[in-house]
Amino acid sequence: MASLLAWGVMLGGILALGGVGLSLVYGVLRFATFAHGDLMTVGAYLVATILPALPPMGRVGPFSFGWEFLVALALAMPLTGMVALAMDRAFYRPLRRRQASPLILAMASLGVAFLLRSLVYLGWGADFRFYYPGRARPSVLLPLGVRLRPDQLFILGVTVVLVVLMYLLLERTRAGKAMRATADNPALARVSGIDTERVAAWTWLVSGALAAAAGAMLALDSQLRPEMGWFLLLSLFAAVVLGGLGKVYAALAGGLVMGVVQQVATAFLNPAYGPAVGFVVLAALLVFKPEGLLGGRGMR
Amino acid sequence: MALRLALLAVPLALVGAWIGLPLPGAGRRRRARLLGALAGAGAAAVLTMVVPEGILAYLVSFAVSGGIFALLALGLNVHWGYTGLFNVGVAGFFAVGAFSAALFTTAMPEGPLALYSRQAFGLEWPFLGGVVAAVVVCGCVAYLVGLPTLRLKDEYFAVASIGMAEVIRLVFQNERWLANGPQPLRGIPRPLHCLVEEPTCPWLPAGMARLVQALEPRDYPYVYLLIVSLFVAAAYVAIERAIRSPWGRVLRAIRDEEAAAAMSGKDVRRFKMQALVVGAGIMGAGGALYAHYMSSIDYGHFTPLYGTFLIWVMVMLGGSGNNRGAILGAFVVWGVWAGTAFLSDWVAPALGAIAPELPARAPYLRYLAVALLLEAVLLWRPEGLLGEERHVSIFLEMERPARVPGREAAPTAGGSR
Repeated sequence: MASLLAWGVMLGGILALGGVGLSLVYGVLRFATFAHGDLMTVGAYLVATILPALPPMGRVGPFSFGWEFLVALALAMPLTGMVALAMDRAFYRPLRRRQASPLILAMASLGVAFLLRSLVYLGWGADFRFYYPGRARPSVLLPLGVRLRPDQLFILGVTVVLVVLMYLLLERTRAGKAMRATADNPALARVSGIDTERVAAWTWLVSGALAAAAGAMLALDSQLRPEMGWFLLLSLFAAVVLGGLGKVYAALAGGLVMGVVQQVATAFLNPAYGPAVGFVVLAALLVFKPEGLLGGRGMR
Repeated sequence: MALRLALLAVPLALVGAWIGLPLPGAGRRRRARLLGALAGAGAAAVLTMVVPEGILAYLVSFAVSGGIFALLALGLNVHWGYTGLFNVGVAGFFAVGAFSAALFTTAMPEGPLALYSRQAFGLEWPFLGGVVAAVVVCGCVAYLVGLPTLRLKDEYFAVASIGMAEVIRLVFQNERWLANGPQPLRGIPRPLHCLVEEPTCPWLPAGMARLVQALEPRDYPYVYLLIVSLFVAAAYVAIERAIRSPWGRVLRAIRDEEAAAAMSGKDVRRFKMQALVVGAGIMGAGGALYAHYMSSIDYGHFTPLYGTFLIWVMVMLGGSGNNRGAILGAFVVWGVWAGTAFLSDWVAPALGAIAPELPARAPYLRYLAVALLLEAVLLWRPEGLLGEERHVSIFLEMERPARVPGREAAPTAGGSR
């Protein structure tokens, strides 16, 4: 049970990384992007492509990966951000200009989701992959009988670091302030001289980078496959709605809760129903508390 | 030969009557329909004489699948096109319809077969009973799904409907006792298949029996095309009638301005629920026809891509809020989907030149093609190929029969929502 809790926190970290990006887009651009899961997949596969091109740099401490993995991750994050931005320029921005409804934008994002996945299928094939095939990933025994792989602690560490960076970005930088202003009131932000298109571009870069990190962590924990992100989408939405859609910090809390709930549920339920747990939690939540657990206004 | 012609003539006459209606200068509706029907039947004669047998057979089976997808698209049009329900869980209703029809019409597996094939029940109902069961079960599922989700905002409803479809697929994938779990559920009877068998259907009068003797088992798609086209025609006429009734006007009012509809005293949630149930029932019929055509189904047929996304592209392409458009879109998109099978053979050498492992992945090009198709429609033709018909009331049309609906389609109404 304690192990399940710990794994839940780890899964929660991944969900939080994805959820923060999803929430950011919803907060600033006002539509639910169904492509976020597949953006995670793209990020994970980009890491897998960059990795073999780098010289091996030796293992990092007790982890299953070497320094080159961190380099690849650092390269893949902005690249995935660029992919997200390119999708915006090609498909979402023209629709925004036409003032299409959020539903049409959501529809376009559904198209982008399938577009990205088809590119992953074409570029990398449908087989499962690992970052380091054949490398043993032993688990260590921690107090309370918790079995964890060092990698899983690393995943949690990455989540904490990136969320702190997110906090600094939103609170301390001009771009972050502009994002928050646009999220609170787009019209007012434009009137006060904020270039909302630039804000949109920054939003995509940041959310894409976070998606890449989340995808790489997910792949590090299990394996790479083209549907990995799509399968997570439901839990991602559940996590974000749990916190309150459009509120970035709430997504963090929502992700952790969602991760724990899903892992603990495997104690009673066929693990194949993992995504279903997300759905049930989401449905129950929407019925009883539609504004999310941490209801309220603004992006906090 | 003559028999195939006769079988083909009915669907094509239906198509002709359907096309004949909105043509400019087609005159009185009844005459237009009759002319169109005759033209369709004539086309059937020409087709059977001119087109080589193999290609004709391919076209017929293509049309069967297209017709099944047209039913699903019509169902989605009731949800999205007329009511504005952002249902991204078509695959769920599709699956429920297919598996219900299968369970109600198959026989319970016996003997050694029972070891390999498990299912919750097999009632051996006739085909039509299976379709009715599929429609009813789908309607009930839709009602249950709608109870908690219909009061949600649109995006939440979309997410919830994706979740619903995934849960349904997971259940069929993991519960072996229900419908053979991950293994395909086989032995779904094919309606009227006895027509093409050697000792023909026992209930046929002797004269008819001699007539259909020429049919061979490989001619079965011709028979099924007839069945499918009758279903599509019935669904089309029923929805058109409903949409032009006061009920349909309330649905479109809810779609365009929910608050205004609520203020004029309409119970928005109740109307949405009715639309959800009706649309899901039509999807269920589509699923039932699919199951009886395939005669063997498993959970893998009802993925978000094949079961939901493809149908969305059909509706968006044809023009949401336009039933003609939904049917047209179904055939066009199914054509793209089926056509990319040839495309991938054709581009395989070129792909091989880029990278050796690419030709094996060429089938995924169809994912790409359909996704790009949707984006192109959204960007360049948001109202779809046909756009939304503006039909205010059937009584207005009765007053001015010369006016043809569809000619005055409002280009802004369909896409900019």
